[in-house]
Amino acid sequence: MRAGQATTAVIGGGLHGLACALALVQRGQDVVLFERSWIGRRASSATAAGVRTLWRDPAEISLSLEALERWYRMDALVGDDCGFRAGGQIKVAESHAEMEALAARFAQMRELGFHHEELIDARELRRLAPMISEHCVGGLIARRDGAADPHRTIAAFRRAVEGHGAVIREGIAVMALEPAVGGWRVVTDAGSWTVRHVVNAAGAWGAQVCRMVGEVIQFGYKASMVFVTERVEQAFRPVFSTVGRSLSFKQSSQGTLVVGGGIQGGGDLEKGLTQVDFRALAKGAAAAQELFPAIRNVQIVRAWTGLEGKTPDLLPVIGPSARASGVFHIFGFSGHGFELVPLVGEIVADCITYGRSRYDIGSFDVARLLT
Amino acid sequence: MLRPDLLIVGAGPAGMSAAIVAARAGLKVVVVDEQPTPGGQIWRGIEANAGTSRGRALGEQYCSGLATVRTFRECGAVYWPSTRVWQVESTLGTYVTGPGGTRVVAPRLVLIATGAQERPAPFRGWTLPGVMTVGAAQILLKNPGSVPSEPVWIAGCGPLALLYAHQLIRMGGVVAGFLDTRPSTPLRETLQLAGRAALRSSRELAKGASWYAELYCRAGRYVPDVVDLQALGTDQLEGVRYRTAAGRVEEIRTSLLLVHEGVLPELHTVRSLGCEIQWDAGQAAYRPVLNEWGECSHPDILIAGDAAGIGGAVAAVHRGRLSALRILQRLGKVAAEPEMTEENCRAALAHALVLRPFLDRVFRPREQVFAPDDDTIVCRCEELRARDLCAALSGSVGSNQLKAFTRAGMGPCQGRQCGLTVAALIAAAEGRHMSEVQPFRVRPPLKPLRLCDLAGLADESRSS
Repeated sequence: MRAGQATTAVIGGGLHGLACALALVQRGQDVVLFERSWIGRRASSATAAGVRTLWRDPAEISLSLEALERWYRMDALVGDDCGFRAGGQIKVAESHAEMEALAARFAQMRELGFHHEELIDARELRRLAPMISEHCVGGLIARRDGAADPHRTIAAFRRAVEGHGAVIREGIAVMALEPAVGGWRVVTDAGSWTVRHVVNAAGAWGAQVCRMVGEVIQFGYKASMVFVTERVEQAFRPVFSTVGRSLSFKQSSQGTLVVGGGIQGGGDLEKGLTQVDFRALAKGAAAAQELFPAIRNVQIVRAWTGLEGKTPDLLPVIGPSARASGVFHIFGFSGHGFELVPLVGEIVADCITYGRSRYDIGSFDVARLLT
Repeated sequence: MLRPDLLIVGAGPAGMSAAIVAARAGLKVVVVDEQPTPGGQIWRGIEANAGTSRGRALGEQYCSGLATVRTFRECGAVYWPSTRVWQVESTLGTYVTGPGGTRVVAPRLVLIATGAQERPAPFRGWTLPGVMTVGAAQILLKNPGSVPSEPVWIAGCGPLALLYAHQLIRMGGVVAGFLDTRPSTPLRETLQLAGRAALRSSRELAKGASWYAELYCRAGRYVPDVVDLQALGTDQLEGVRYRTAAGRVEEIRTSLLLVHEGVLPELHTVRSLGCEIQWDAGQAAYRPVLNEWGECSHPDILIAGDAAGIGGAVAAVHRGRLSALRILQRLGKVAAEPEMTEENCRAALAHALVLRPFLDRVFRPREQVFAPDDDTIVCRCEELRARDLCAALSGSVGSNQLKAFTRAGMGPCQGRQCGLTVAALIAAAEGRHMSEVQPFRVRPPLKPLRLCDLAGLADESRSS
């Protein structure tokens, strides 16, 4: 491939950009990927890395179940298991009213024909998490769910992408997309590239790329916080969340406890800056401590905030642009895109290469967000 | 929420001196410090030790701290001992945890006087129990009953290593041997710098020379020009192998080795705020970019004392005062003491720094400190060796990516122990200068924080 030309340009070196680049090179395309800072700089490394089909919007469940199967075959896809551990994900009910909410969800899933979520009683909950607080009355579990190691995942996808011959250009920002003969001119701060297709995988900055091709969409962003503790003895394997509060709680394979759940910190998209808001994060700490009283003296060693795109309906944008032919979107996962990484890139690569995907992505059409 | 005029982080020479000037001028000042009593590292435990034989053995400069500590106690500043600052927001919201629980302070200005930390200097075996830093050993000396019962081996370079040996000998301890890792300085340059310094500060020079003389006479062995160290043992230190510049390799047996390779400004808080820093080649350390008042790139934060650049306790006192004078100026106050003028403080600071170029040159750390061999553990929290880090250094990779790839710097020390070495490894691998390499981005909390202490903050916001 000559510098300055490729079949497809991917904008954004997060996991979805990498996964799409990988799927494209596997389909025989020349791919160049532009990343403004460095690979995995934003949400991809800030994520708590839950591999979760549990409690998803019904519109996402089919994709999410298919993506989960790929997590079990990750080694075949990228040459590494990405630290995926299938310990299950559990939504915990802290009261009987919450348990009823879980039962209603369970019934809804059965009605829709999904069987991946299962109600568990207090006894089974305590078997899976012996240290959980007495007041918890049960839960909803997706037993095949789990969590992975975000940094290992980024490294594995990057290796796979480069191993297949795609070009990754870090430290290069895309400034504009201009129509060109047979495709697009990608104007960067380090020269222009001519390509046939453009993939917008710009995460929290996805709407800015949309604007470059004349699409103005309703779009916000999340600045979700995570904190991690010192290593403690391995005590449990599932990832926990609760019905009533913003919390996700897990133990990593290193033994550290990771607490997140979408608690919002401060972020500035223009400057690319984030700030941890410890007053807000304190609520997550309080929730974790109420669920697991034994961890109260564990030391928190790091906290951070990641920037991630957010759509009004909290569903991602996946598929062709509504206005610009040859431009495709993968962004706006609204804080729950990690699990979908091994599938969505492929879907878009199919759209680009074959003009369609065998998955129904109608709910994710960018047209729904146009203003 | 408490809203003082000034929050000072650190009650060492700089923090206390600034607090005295500011509080006496009528500002509402809060001083937060991790230790149970004021004094910082240099004057640690001074109130308990002054007038005792331990105090006398620790020396005149140590005892001189008592006056400052007493004045500080009475100056009217609110003093929170045993309290950690674990987050300073760019809007100056400052989160602290101490005996009174966790609280948030919202000052108008912040003075960071967090002092120095010892330079992490990894070598093979440095994580074995039985290897500790001279600084940590000196902390023990300042507490009751902690003179090592067995003869001590010291390996290092820098005034603190000499001072410690001197204090230990005076307290009845035994220096089994001193492995001097100070690279020899060209004689002519040494004499020139010493001559210049001697004109203004002959007494300090003579003191240093006498410590060296004492070491020659009293240490079991004195070995100059040591360039490489290896701590030997499996679960516990059993001995030390060292190599001299001449290539001689020897082994000694010991179960205690104290190491020291100089000190660095403690910049964790400063860097977490994104304040501009620069590489100071003379001190082989990063230091904050400051104006002559200690103001940094953040408009409402000042930095004084060794955190502003290593200068020692006397310079710290005057830097603290200068920053306080600037703060008074900005908040429309004047110093209560007529002699507390900018001019006097600057003259005193200049005098206190006369010896510094000489000390920086003579005690410049050896090259090996920045270039650990493959087998050496660099990140002790995650037990990563130089080899592991170098393997991840393909292409152009910054500190933060290396951290993501390897987990270096993700442990409880938050990169304080490995950050500089990682930056040096990157600089070496890419043939760049240290000034072009960015160290790890600092993540809060600045100090490990118990989960319940963070959770306590949720109760506070609920009640308020």
